[in-house]
Amino acid sequence: MPTKVCESVQAALADMQDGASIMVGGFGLCGNAEALITGVRDKGVKDLTLISNNAGSMGKYLATWLQHGLISRIFCSYVGNNQDLHAAMKDGSVEVNITPQGTLVERMRAAGAGIAAFYTPTGAGTVVADGKETRTFKGREYILEEALHADYALIRARRVDPFGNVRFYRTARNFSPIMATAAATTIVEADEVVPLGAIDPDDVHLPGAFVQRVVHVPEHEDPIENRMTRPRPEGVN
Amino acid sequence: MPWDKQAMAKRAAQEVEDGAIVNLGIGLPTLIPDHIGDKQVWLQSENGILGMGPFPYAGDEDPQIINAGKQTVTIATGGSCFDSLTSFTMIRGGHVDLAVLGTMQVAQNGDLANWSIPGGKTMGIGGAMDLAAGAKRIIVLTRHVTKKGDPKLLEACTYPLTAQGVVSRIITDLGVFDIRADHDGFDIVELAEGVSEQEAQAKTGAKLTRGANAER
Repeated sequence: MPTKVCESVQAALADMQDGASIMVGGFGLCGNAEALITGVRDKGVKDLTLISNNAGSMGKYLATWLQHGLISRIFCSYVGNNQDLHAAMKDGSVEVNITPQGTLVERMRAAGAGIAAFYTPTGAGTVVADGKETRTFKGREYILEEALHADYALIRARRVDPFGNVRFYRTARNFSPIMATAAATTIVEADEVVPLGAIDPDDVHLPGAFVQRVVHVPEHEDPIENRMTRPRPEGVN
Repeated sequence: MPWDKQAMAKRAAQEVEDGAIVNLGIGLPTLIPDHIGDKQVWLQSENGILGMGPFPYAGDEDPQIINAGKQTVTIATGGSCFDSLTSFTMIRGGHVDLAVLGTMQVAQNGDLANWSIPGGKTMGIGGAMDLAAGAKRIIVLTRHVTKKGDPKLLEACTYPLTAQGVVSRIITDLGVFDIRADHDGFDIVELAEGVSEQEAQAKTGAKLTRGANAER
């Protein structure tokens, strides 16, 4: 069996060209494929279309693509405190398409599932509906949203096998498995690469059919954006 | 005396039914779990948790367990993690019983405007429009007026809408107010102790009424 495991991040990204559209998993910095994101920055491909919920934060990871001027267009749901994105929007250097989060992920699902478009109630009667076809079903207004494809998806996994069966971890999963279905080439950056059969069939979150390349990255920074804690009571471990 | 923020959260907690699936917006709504008492509540976080627990003990933070505000949290016993597609199937498909959201403006017909201020910094939409469109019940928990003193409860929203006609009840520092399909204005359910109807009316940008057959 040909293995999907690549020797390095550079090898996994070797065919990426200027003008590529790239989906990147993560909710802010949680669940980022950190080494692949840094690899794209170092490769320096330009005129990219980035599809990702937040497009970086705290100046880290995807924010470095903005700092290096690699991005022409962004699809995201939230800007928040991403100062690099605010700056890019202000100077007009990047076209930013803000999409409701559920619509963003459903557009990916449609792309991955061979559906051209769908009607959703989200955004009906708001600016999100501007220029879009609307239709009333059972007395409620819906807007037509189209599938969103990409050339690449860069996602982070807890564990992957050589066929590309993936298991995620906690809230690092978020958009990643859906992005994998919507992209022509999905590259998985995994904490662990395990032999075939090591992931129980019922525990595979994303089957290998949706994964083209795998790269093993054992160490991650995993920055915390908002560290919140409560005091530990005495006697509690 | 108007309610302080804990009293507002306590009043909002009365709206939460035992066993309910609830999504809480950022800000004031996050104070509600402290007032839930013995009720079991399944907190939904749109980045992929059903059954969100409290903040972790210092030293136990896991950067890969966060809520939609990107704060470190825990997962309650019986909780689950899932992808964004499942999360928004839950939200948009009507499987979340209650969403308690903050707002900038709310109109007497239930229109909600809580994502953008014209001329202000664009923060984005996030999950706000999906929650507003899909949760079974939407309650707004907010101060009655803005920091500048402008009313937030209006005849019509002037800020960009999040969704049309979705809000059913509004809880503020002055009291509890319902949206009613059978007449205009906001219907007074109760007022905070010591708050007069005149004071509430003076701080509201639409008519306040009492009951479906209220004289107008």
